[in-house]
Amino acid sequence: MVAIIDYGAGNIFSVKNALDRLGAESLLTSDKKDIESADSIILPGVGAFPAAMKMLEESGLKDVIITQAKRKPFLGICLGMQLLFEKSFEFEEYDGLGLLKGYVDMIPEKELVIPHMGWNKLEYLNASPLLDGLGEDEYVYFVHSYKAFCPDSEICAYSEYGSRVPALVSDGKTVFGCQFHPEKSGETGLKILKNFAALAK
Amino acid sequence: MLAKRIIPCLDVRDGKVVKGVNFKGIKEVGDPVEYAYEYDRQGADEIVFYDITASHEGRGVILDVVSKTAKKVFVPLTVGGGISTVDDIRNTLRAGADKVSVNSQAVKDPQLIKDGADIFGSQCICVGIDAKKTAEDKWTVFINGGRIDMGIDLIEWVKRVEQLGAGEICLNSIDTDGVRGGFDIPMLKAVCSAVKIPVIASGGAGKLGDFADAFLKTDCSAALAASLFHFNELTIDEVKKDCRSKGIRVR
Repeated sequence: MVAIIDYGAGNIFSVKNALDRLGAESLLTSDKKDIESADSIILPGVGAFPAAMKMLEESGLKDVIITQAKRKPFLGICLGMQLLFEKSFEFEEYDGLGLLKGYVDMIPEKELVIPHMGWNKLEYLNASPLLDGLGEDEYVYFVHSYKAFCPDSEICAYSEYGSRVPALVSDGKTVFGCQFHPEKSGETGLKILKNFAALAK
Repeated sequence: MLAKRIIPCLDVRDGKVVKGVNFKGIKEVGDPVEYAYEYDRQGADEIVFYDITASHEGRGVILDVVSKTAKKVFVPLTVGGGISTVDDIRNTLRAGADKVSVNSQAVKDPQLIKDGADIFGSQCICVGIDAKKTAEDKWTVFINGGRIDMGIDLIEWVKRVEQLGAGEICLNSIDTDGVRGGFDIPMLKAVCSAVKIPVIASGGAGKLGDFADAFLKTDCSAALAASLFHFNELTIDEVKKDCRSKGIRVR
């Protein structure tokens, strides 16, 4: 069972729709017990960093996530990926979950169209089980104005937009994050989600 | 490098596709879910449903279509037409849309853009604009499907729209729409240089090379077409092949 954390942010149904399509059992939940008993966890989210962190803090989910993400496969998507880092500078400096090293800040290139919206190509850096079966010419769908600044050792795949945009990050163990939306990235995204769901088995 | 997007738009009335041929493999003629699935298969980068249902009661029907499509199609889905309140935006996103496109109502009530962006995030607020040339390098904004001239300067309006928090602009030229002579290059150029948010070119695609032309001559991020794809005169795959052969990056 994949627990999809529902904390009032984002189009969480699309993540569930994608897992349904893959035949992976999932549950939309904000209940700590469900998160603790799940085989793996997905943290979705769109919106602003401070607001999302405040919701996780106030609901008491922050501590549960930090504990559980070290015990079983955990995937943050879009804002959910950004929340994995130590802090963000979106609107104000705000602490994240600290599961990955690095911080989140605005895409720095002033000449670019912002948000980084659309399909961009994955460039591979470090091996990851989530990239199993992907080819050389894989595109995924991004929508974001802030990006992660983190060590290369955490980057499994990136896309070029002015400079490197960390696309798939990981601690090399149980924690994964996608800046793009795998649930909206066609067959490529479904493969990545399938690889993630398979980790729990 | 970010790929240029090719976006088919489906006009939907009372839950049925208004015009279009019967694609091979489509079970029920006029079923938007089947059309969206076919476009996804052809390589569409996003799908737009434009709801032209006249009655307010009809809104429930498009939401049902959106929810069914979102279970079958795993590329971004935008819904436009008839969205006039924050509740409309919320209901449309809840049904499974990734973005909404607001047009006439945003001109009448610009606060809708700000409220939508503040509550749901800029990424899901696309502002649709119908504009027409009035003088050299001068365009004004129209509403109600291009019927009413609001006398608002296009460039001032796109800057305002960006400031209010829109994530994207879908720019439709009334002058080129339906003429099939290509997208409105001067208008697109002017808008792309006025804002930093992505601009979708709309209105005027009539042949294969028109898409590449818009991408080569302007900084638009995407190009949208309706009837060209509905009537199967061109497939999305053919358009992408043409773009690729001209050095334009597409998925």
